[in-house]
Amino acid sequence: MLATLGLSSLDELFDQIPRGVRLDRALDLPAGVSELEIVDDLRSKARRDRHADDLVCFAGAGAYDHYVPSVVWALAGRSEFSTAYTPYQPELSQGVLQALFEFQSMICELTGLEVSNASLYDGATALVEAVNMARRGDRRRVLVSAGVDPRFVETLRTYGRGPGYEPEIFEAEGGRGGAPDVGDDVAAVIVQHPNVLGILEPASDLFEAAHAGGAKAIQVFDPLSLGVLAPPGELGADIAVGEGQSLGNHLAFGGPYLGLMAARMEDVRRMPGRIVGETVDVAGETGYVLTLQAREQHIRREKATSNICTNQTLMAIAATVYLAWLGPDGLAEVGRRCAAKAAYAADRLSDVPGVSLLHPEAPFFKEFALRLPRPAAEIVDALVERGYLGGVPLSSAGEDVLLVAVTERRTREEIDGLASAMKEVLA
Amino acid sequence: MNAVGAPVRKQGPARHGTIHDRSVAGRHAWNLPELDVPDAVIPSEHARAGRPGLPEVGEVDLVRHYTALSQRNYGLDTGLYPLGSCTMKYNPKVAESVAGLPGFQRVHPLQPDDTVQGVLEVLWRLERALCEITGMSRATLQPPAGACGEMTGLLLMRAFHEDHGGGRRRVIIPDSAHGTNPASVRLAGFDAVPVRSDARGLVDAGALAKLMDEDVAGLMLTNPNTLGLFEEEIEEIASTVHGAGGLLYYDGANLNAILGRCRPGDMGFDIVHINTHKTFATPHGGGGPGAGPVGVTEELVPYLPSPTVERAEDGTFSFRPGDARSIGRMHGFHGNVGILVRAYSYVFLHGADGLKAVSELAALNANYLARLIQDDFPLAHPDMRPMHEFVATAKRLRDETGIRAMDVAKRVIDLGFHPSTVYFPLVVEEAMMVEPTETESKETLEDFAESLRRAAREAREDPDLLHEAPTTTPVRRLDEARAARMLKLRW
Repeated sequence: MLATLGLSSLDELFDQIPRGVRLDRALDLPAGVSELEIVDDLRSKARRDRHADDLVCFAGAGAYDHYVPSVVWALAGRSEFSTAYTPYQPELSQGVLQALFEFQSMICELTGLEVSNASLYDGATALVEAVNMARRGDRRRVLVSAGVDPRFVETLRTYGRGPGYEPEIFEAEGGRGGAPDVGDDVAAVIVQHPNVLGILEPASDLFEAAHAGGAKAIQVFDPLSLGVLAPPGELGADIAVGEGQSLGNHLAFGGPYLGLMAARMEDVRRMPGRIVGETVDVAGETGYVLTLQAREQHIRREKATSNICTNQTLMAIAATVYLAWLGPDGLAEVGRRCAAKAAYAADRLSDVPGVSLLHPEAPFFKEFALRLPRPAAEIVDALVERGYLGGVPLSSAGEDVLLVAVTERRTREEIDGLASAMKEVLA
Repeated sequence: MNAVGAPVRKQGPARHGTIHDRSVAGRHAWNLPELDVPDAVIPSEHARAGRPGLPEVGEVDLVRHYTALSQRNYGLDTGLYPLGSCTMKYNPKVAESVAGLPGFQRVHPLQPDDTVQGVLEVLWRLERALCEITGMSRATLQPPAGACGEMTGLLLMRAFHEDHGGGRRRVIIPDSAHGTNPASVRLAGFDAVPVRSDARGLVDAGALAKLMDEDVAGLMLTNPNTLGLFEEEIEEIASTVHGAGGLLYYDGANLNAILGRCRPGDMGFDIVHINTHKTFATPHGGGGPGAGPVGVTEELVPYLPSPTVERAEDGTFSFRPGDARSIGRMHGFHGNVGILVRAYSYVFLHGADGLKAVSELAALNANYLARLIQDDFPLAHPDMRPMHEFVATAKRLRDETGIRAMDVAKRVIDLGFHPSTVYFPLVVEEAMMVEPTETESKETLEDFAESLRRAAREAREDPDLLHEAPTTTPVRRLDEARAARMLKLRW
């Protein structure tokens, strides 16, 4: 090949790199190894981690140990999906495109909204994109309920440094958001329902207040709650965003997950990210393409609705397979089980001497906050020694607050076990 | 010539509509254990009244449906995927197996640090390796994709300038840049100012110098650039930008071209993002997930997103919150960790020697392929040697036959390959941007070259073959205008 190019060495291919910037030494990295050695290296590291197969997982706060059925990754993991690029050549990408069309359809069905995109990075960044959609004209302010996950708020604050907004928190009352004052400079009112403490918020009242002031109502939702809880569209949300991890995606130390977004048709041209549409080919056959690309960075450059290019397509395909596995009844069953087991766990744990529910009167879904007699981080460490990942310390609510999540995977025995372990630890 | 690459064929599985079309009331795949606690009561004011219209299918229906869809899709495992600028190289399977170890896949992101020492060590070592490869001091692994890396880098730039006099509103980008660059610039609160490329396809250093002033926050540059050409005047460019108080941002889209040969840090760049799905072969998933780590020089370290992974003297690892100057948080948790584990396996599998071989073979393959097709599709900038990718042009073919780059691309599909990127970069007429990558064999490159040469012959002898292509795929050319006009975005 070098001879064809009239070259005598590979080095000549790099002649155009000025001498002054060439690296005149080898990279300071170990030499390459065999596959066997890299497997051994990573196995030994992975073995040092505790995980949800060896600890009974009651941790949540945005990432949940829901069951991932075998079909999900048997299908989403097929390499025709996983090793493809963004579907720029639709004739060769009908598989990914149709799966994304089905994903969009299912997210619309779940949320009761009219249009969905083909995924964003995660729940927190999906909220950032929703705020970008809502901010227009003189409406620049962003009101955030105190019940929104502090990680989402921190992410919003970070991205807000660019356009120059600061999320304004409106205070919660007893763990439930009170109605904010929505003036004509407010772009959006954001409510998480169920909120970061797991509590069911009076979301429709808050959205009514948003609409009365002319602002967009944004709901942060949990997709697995929507078999049993009223959908965002019915509650009055204009834009619904959520973390999609619980739909067939692994915990994976926080990612890759996927951001969900659904909205009303009137806002479709302001939506960020890829959107798949149905069309026909020259022979009249049904097919799918990326559409409304005039919104996107590769066409509109600095006028695009977002800078997103790569999204989380494979996670969206997994979510699609998972939702098809559940169907409408399975979705309701999973939600019912989460709620039932969480209610049982809240009863058992609040019976432990010294432990109480942070908001005993508030209805909750699959998560609840406990007040402990000692710092939550200490208790979590002690529970790990007894085989439980007992929850997530919620420092934003106080250092003695523990957030406990209970998914459909947890058995009565495991819940009883956690209560006994908690009792021991606090004794 | 036989079609080599693509079994994505019309003769594949029949189309049965969407999964919704397969739905039969009462059928289901889900199964769960009996409820072993008292049933829940959802307060009526919060309860869902109807049922969502999800499909009702059995497990076997589900498996056949999505298997059939996968067979209507072309992946890298199917064949050559020479999309320029996308770096579709073979993804080693070992990366998939290690990412699936329960110690990585089943770890909750908010576990106590002492229960996640293994994954923290992977992140810590990967960060150091990326810093060595790019010549940076520290890096954040939070950004989940390249465009988010750009946003991170620009917010770092912004925070740095705010601490050093502030007030800089403009960021310069070459006219050949990816669309994400200007979009990120605007989202970060800056104005994007284009600088033109010269006849050689390189940044016009004179034009750049004229644009530089106290209002410019920095320059975003890909090197080698989007035309596959090395910016030879990078030292002068860096000194022009730094001289006016600006920062240099390196878009890592083409980092795979220079691995082990030179480093952005040594060229004068202050901020670097890396696309792991390009340089380090983490599979692209049909559009994601990726990961977009961002490295910075010492003076920008205090602004990095929070938290960072640190190693104590006793060898234990922990997350440490950033100081007051940190820009904050770019992702809900720690970034696309599952992808970062795959990147780690690629980096350490290859090692120092293997990474250098990656850039060498990528450049060799690109130059060889460019030579094989040059008579029909000459380089857009023939005076410069391309590196890991090249931009050829179908302009002459279009002028002679009316056949356009897109027609050639569609014909190549019928001949068995995924085509190259077409019509990008925007500054080249009838652009065909080709990146074969280092993992393709000489035989594959020659077969692909033959498909392009054959398409060029047919353009003169039987142009309808190109106008009508593709004809072998499950669908033919799709009506994109109709899709945008008669919006059907769900069932």
